[in-house]
Amino acid sequence: MKRREFIIKSAGAGLLASTALSMTRAERLLSTAGALVNPDLPFDLVAVKGGNATAMFDKAIAAMGGMSKFVKKNQTVVVKPNIGWDSAPERAANTNPQLVGRIIEHCLKAGAKSVYVFDNTVNEWTRCYKNSGIEDAVKKAGGIMVTGKSESHYHPVQIPKGKILKSTKVHELILESDVFINVPTLKTHGGTRLSISMKNLMGTVWNRGYWHDNNLHQCIADFTTYKKPDLNIVDAFRVLKRNGPRGVSVADVVEMKYQIIGTDIVATDAAASRVFGIQPEQLKHIPMAENLGSGTSDLESLRINRISM
Amino acid sequence: MNQRNLRKLRLIISIIFLVSLTSLFVDYRELIPHEWYNTILFLQFVPSLLNFINILSITATGFIIILVLTLVFGRVYCSTICPLGILQDFFSFLSRKLKIRKKYKLKKQYGFIRYSFLAIPVIFLIFGGIFLINLLDPYSNFGRIFSDLFKPALVGINNVAAGMLEKINVYVLYPVSYKGFQWATIWFPAGILGLVMWMSLFHGRLYCNTICPVGTFLGLLSKISLFRIKMDMTTCTRCGKCAVVCKAGCIDFRNMTLDFDRCVGCFNCLDTCDTESINYQISFKPFELHEDNRTTNSKREFITKSVVYAIGLLGLSKSLKAGIRKINTENPDLIPEVKNYPVSPPGSKSLNHFKSNCTACHLCISVCPTGVLQPSFLEYGFTGMMQPRMDYHTNYCNYDCTKCGDACPTGAILPLDTGVKKLTQIGRVKFVMENCVVYTDNTACGSCSEHCPTQAVRMIPYKNGLTIPETHINTCIGCGACEYACPVRPFRAIYVDGNAEHRMAKKPHFEEMEVESQEEEFPF
Repeated sequence: MKRREFIIKSAGAGLLASTALSMTRAERLLSTAGALVNPDLPFDLVAVKGGNATAMFDKAIAAMGGMSKFVKKNQTVVVKPNIGWDSAPERAANTNPQLVGRIIEHCLKAGAKSVYVFDNTVNEWTRCYKNSGIEDAVKKAGGIMVTGKSESHYHPVQIPKGKILKSTKVHELILESDVFINVPTLKTHGGTRLSISMKNLMGTVWNRGYWHDNNLHQCIADFTTYKKPDLNIVDAFRVLKRNGPRGVSVADVVEMKYQIIGTDIVATDAAASRVFGIQPEQLKHIPMAENLGSGTSDLESLRINRISM
Repeated sequence: MNQRNLRKLRLIISIIFLVSLTSLFVDYRELIPHEWYNTILFLQFVPSLLNFINILSITATGFIIILVLTLVFGRVYCSTICPLGILQDFFSFLSRKLKIRKKYKLKKQYGFIRYSFLAIPVIFLIFGGIFLINLLDPYSNFGRIFSDLFKPALVGINNVAAGMLEKINVYVLYPVSYKGFQWATIWFPAGILGLVMWMSLFHGRLYCNTICPVGTFLGLLSKISLFRIKMDMTTCTRCGKCAVVCKAGCIDFRNMTLDFDRCVGCFNCLDTCDTESINYQISFKPFELHEDNRTTNSKREFITKSVVYAIGLLGLSKSLKAGIRKINTENPDLIPEVKNYPVSPPGSKSLNHFKSNCTACHLCISVCPTGVLQPSFLEYGFTGMMQPRMDYHTNYCNYDCTKCGDACPTGAILPLDTGVKKLTQIGRVKFVMENCVVYTDNTACGSCSEHCPTQAVRMIPYKNGLTIPETHINTCIGCGACEYACPVRPFRAIYVDGNAEHRMAKKPHFEEMEVESQEEEFPF
């Protein structure tokens, strides 16, 4: 493991993050909407509806300026879908496998050296990888599946901005990869109401139990101060409308045919919760993350591209 | 066939059995398809016998083949099919190569010990228990040694190798988390391995002719077997070469007799005789019994002793069971878990069925993908020691998995179709609201419900926008996911109490969802 490299990198990232965070909310609101997220990108958020998952992604990433905006030549990429459950794609408990495959194809086309995929699954991981269809899709696309179930891969990190979650152990692919792409699926969750981008990050840490035991919403928000994905792609093609996050049968699933991509994790979650039909502030970790400066749920202030197919 | 080739034939067959059975017990990557399990295990004597009693099917007739084989050829089972026997031959082979022990000599019959180890389990079996068979069956001992000791060792080697390969970004091997290591139960297979190693390194097949009840039983049959090894008094030069290679120590070359009851059918002696004076041949005359006076006395002694033992063990079992109540010291506000029964795996019908059929070979533990199956210590009582139980503090049962039932060779866990398995209720959920983090801390959680495959635990509105678990015991299958996922310690807020008799759960039912017509416009 390139631990030294990692320490240097993370120190740099921390410095950058803290400078960005030192801007007050007022300052950020005063600055132009574009600068708020990433001035190099044509949009802060792209929402697509009406197509299949892969076609929607092609449109969305093109609208964002192409994958080469995020992945440079010879970079390593980690893609983190939701593969939590030993459950078939129709059941919509996991991220759409075709979408994951297509994302990898785009990364490799942009010149990525290697694209890794993992999740700290809830059910037995080899079955989750297989039965979700994600392992097949990843291998076909040229990506590499890595286990998320070995504690030796997780390394302790400090979260100075966290209110409750002060430290945790994070998977080394998240720590070491140049680019981090988060690919949650939009679905209900018994405890947090919805599971979207921020909740999906629980699959990058080792000890989730601590989060459940110590104010789950706050821990979810706290973690975003440590690590924000470079790109969030919310799969809302099939949506688990009840009994989530696992679902009992296909009767729990509705085909909504949506996809939302964006660099601001709070904004993508706010947009996705509206698609679901829940106001963002009802999902407690959204305002909590916003208060910590991890992003904005004020969709009016963002440059959004809406595409109907 | 030239009888000198019998040894080679024995070697080939025994290597096939040893390799296939070892692979089965250490297969941590799940490479062996479950359709092969029955074929590999078909001829194992005790499992097949128990399975036949359970399912009366042609698929469980392996033990009949062994009985016939023994009646025709003697105890060839012990040298070609029994994995513990073959393992001992491997140690004896090492012993010769390392010059620990190169020569064997005639051993006396340990009649009292042998027949005690056969008779006591049989007495238990007559009274409907399986006690001692679960601890003495050679196949099951082999299984425990490989499942509990060798598999974790192999996983350890794998993990070291995987760690090294990852440094060069090769992820072909991956680290495997092993969840089976338990100090409370590891001593037994370790002890048996130690005993078997010591005996086979220094004394050949002493274990098979003293402790092993299957060896003793087949020995009784081999007394009247069709083929037996005999010595030709006219040509024998009493050179003693045959006795030197006899692992069973059953050749008395001075008197030119051979105790075929103890012969394990390794055929080493046939290969070694220069004058071809020792022969494997058809023999119609019943075996001559060399019983001395002591045996008759010892039989009487044995019966009285065994009754005393049985009563003693029963009492011990009761007192041990009473001693395992947990005491709450860490968090006095939490309410202790109250479990009336341990949970036996799906397909085991009831605690009684399971306890009286499981020989604790630990194959189910080895093939279980989640590690929820763990060897029990005293959870099933003293007589059920080593039998696997569902340990929801280690993991939980995978909803779609039926591997333990596919693997079980004794019928203690009967195979279930996935559909039936998903409705088999092995225990029932109990929720203690006073322990729940939503109630005590007023924060969101939902970990139990999130893990519940049937939504027998679902989250309902509580207060301040929070949700709290609600349980539906009719749809609960007792998989233990909620108990495993509950973050509260030391006593969990939700757990599964075993069903003494397994039942069928109701299919989870939900009303049709009203699908609102989607808006044409984006909601933002």
